[in-house]
Amino acid sequence: MRILVVEDDRESASWLIKGLTEAGHVADHARDGAEGVALARERVHDVVVMDRMLPQLDGLAAIRMMRAEGINTPVLILSALSDVDEKVKGLRSGGDDYLAKPYAFTELLARVETLARRRAAEPQPTRLRTGDLEIDLLARTAQRAGKPILLQPREFKLLEYLMRNAGNVVTRTMLLENVWDYHFDPQTNVIDVHISRLRSKIDKGFGEPLLHTVRGAGYTIRAS
Amino acid sequence: MMLHRASRGSWRVGRRQRNAGWVDLATSYPYLSLVRTSTFRLAAIYVLIFALSVGAVLFYVYWSTANLLENQTDNAIGSEVKAIAEVYRQNGLPGVLEQIMLRTSEENHGVYLFTNPLGRRLAGNLPGLPVEATGEHGWIEFDYANQEGRSLAHHKAKAYYTELEGGFRLVVGRDVEERRRFDSIIKNSSIGGLTLALVLGLAGGLLMSRNFLKRIERLTATSRTIMAGDFSQRMPLTGTGDELDRLSAALNDMLDRIDRLMAGMREVSSNVAHDLKTPLTRIKVRAEDALRTGDERDYRMALERTIDESDKLLATFNALLSIAKAESGEAREGIAPIDAAELAADIAELYDPTIEEAGGRLTVKAPERTMISADRQLLAQALTNLLDNAIKYGLGPDGRPDVALSVSARHGEARIEVADHGPGIPVGDRERVKQRFTRLDESRTLPGSGLGLSLAESVAHLHGGRLELDDNHPGLVARLVLPAME
Repeated sequence: MRILVVEDDRESASWLIKGLTEAGHVADHARDGAEGVALARERVHDVVVMDRMLPQLDGLAAIRMMRAEGINTPVLILSALSDVDEKVKGLRSGGDDYLAKPYAFTELLARVETLARRRAAEPQPTRLRTGDLEIDLLARTAQRAGKPILLQPREFKLLEYLMRNAGNVVTRTMLLENVWDYHFDPQTNVIDVHISRLRSKIDKGFGEPLLHTVRGAGYTIRAS
Repeated sequence: MMLHRASRGSWRVGRRQRNAGWVDLATSYPYLSLVRTSTFRLAAIYVLIFALSVGAVLFYVYWSTANLLENQTDNAIGSEVKAIAEVYRQNGLPGVLEQIMLRTSEENHGVYLFTNPLGRRLAGNLPGLPVEATGEHGWIEFDYANQEGRSLAHHKAKAYYTELEGGFRLVVGRDVEERRRFDSIIKNSSIGGLTLALVLGLAGGLLMSRNFLKRIERLTATSRTIMAGDFSQRMPLTGTGDELDRLSAALNDMLDRIDRLMAGMREVSSNVAHDLKTPLTRIKVRAEDALRTGDERDYRMALERTIDESDKLLATFNALLSIAKAESGEAREGIAPIDAAELAADIAELYDPTIEEAGGRLTVKAPERTMISADRQLLAQALTNLLDNAIKYGLGPDGRPDVALSVSARHGEARIEVADHGPGIPVGDRERVKQRFTRLDESRTLPGSGLGLSLAESVAHLHGGRLELDDNHPGLVARLVLPAME
């Protein structure tokens, strides 16, 4: 994937680019909003990682400018401002996801890959499939190897989110935000238990495990 | 030199110098500053208005009385002249002489004179024709010598002068000396009275202002002392409960509140410093230790632990920021009507598997829709903090959490309760644990920031409610009491 990193802090930028390159992506770097918009115009990117506070042209203004020019590349906003209100403001300006600083690189990578995937996945399918696991988004049913699996509504939502991002790592914070709509982290790791329950329903008694834990990062669903 | 130049700048300089002179005068002559107080100005204006109105009333009374008296005199003189003229027409000279002699003998302050055409006196109590009496007839005023006992006195008289048939001249008048005296008495006493009122009023104004000024100066001096850093000072109270006292009391309340806030801030800062120093020191010690041994496995472990510690530090910071946000009130824009029962059920669904996994149980009792106006995210965060506490510290004797989450409405208040069956919190510690970074000794070994209950309380306060901690016999009941919507 080609990723545009718009970040004025030299150290964070080089650290980000190093990580993205190691993960097998190509990264372009812009030091301020204006340069970022210019680069986005010049080349096609899969995802833009945009810092919120930038010299010359502020991050949100840069996003608005890109959108006005018809550049619809998904944007992940990075910001030291972690309020929900700030998130809403960022998303309203045309951003697609919001990550508060400081963040773990795994979290950023997971979100970047999810964003790229979301874009590729348009238009919306009605069925999702990972290996021999299949869910029907309209009937809200799941089955594996032809056997129906009974899921609670929340479990279905959790599985749906994982399968929409199949092959990518999703973090606990992403799950809390997207499946439960809570924008804070509880002290107790409540997500792990939900995952292990889901895992016992979709993996137990079947050959190959599909739901994997990625140590220090989160979870991923994939078939080998 | 500057003052002579006709530029705008130099004019300003000149004016500033004049102003400076004013201030100097005022400070070197204390009464000048007294004159400039608002009380004195008010008193002076009041006295002036009072004097003007009293003066106007006095003048009106005097004017109408004097008019009345004058009219009476004029009428009396007029009718006498008519009567004498009538007698002259009917009875001739002897009748007139008789009439005048008769009238002169009466004690009515009358002034009479009857002369022949040459002006020689024939009858009356005036020595001769006054010089003012010229022409055929008319009103005249003149001075004449009046016999008062044995001495002569100059009196004023008002009279009507007329020429009768045959050239005889008649003067009929009244002595108006008494009225003149009455006039001057009224005038003098009015002026004296008004002057006295003005002087007394202004003196009273000065006294009042001096008293007022002294109290204001005490307030000013106290504020200066406080500004200089002595926060223990308070505004003086006289105990009269007047407006200055009320102002002082309000200022004192404000100072108390500021004092409490500052004390809170000081405590928070020192707590933050302490709570951040400890993990930072741990990180430093571990890193140094790993560097010394130089073993790759130690490096790895030190780095992993550094990440763990940083995560905890970040969690602490985030909690502090959430508290600050709730306390500043800037979170108000996120407030919308929500159903507390639904939120409780939602959170319970999130926590239920975790508690079940730990061998415990979570019971939910939220039977009715309970609408409150709240920030869903912050309230959910407060509630998860209470549940986190129940799971961490509220374990029963068997080491399992038994937690009850309930929502009810009573007396216009929504009550969201988290009750556990753990050791509870002693009554004496229940207020203290709500303070930031307070961790009871029993819980020090468990992970946590000591901010959970502080956050829950600030969230409750943000919504106009409170956080109550009670005994669950055994265990703890943590209760968010929020105003319910109609």
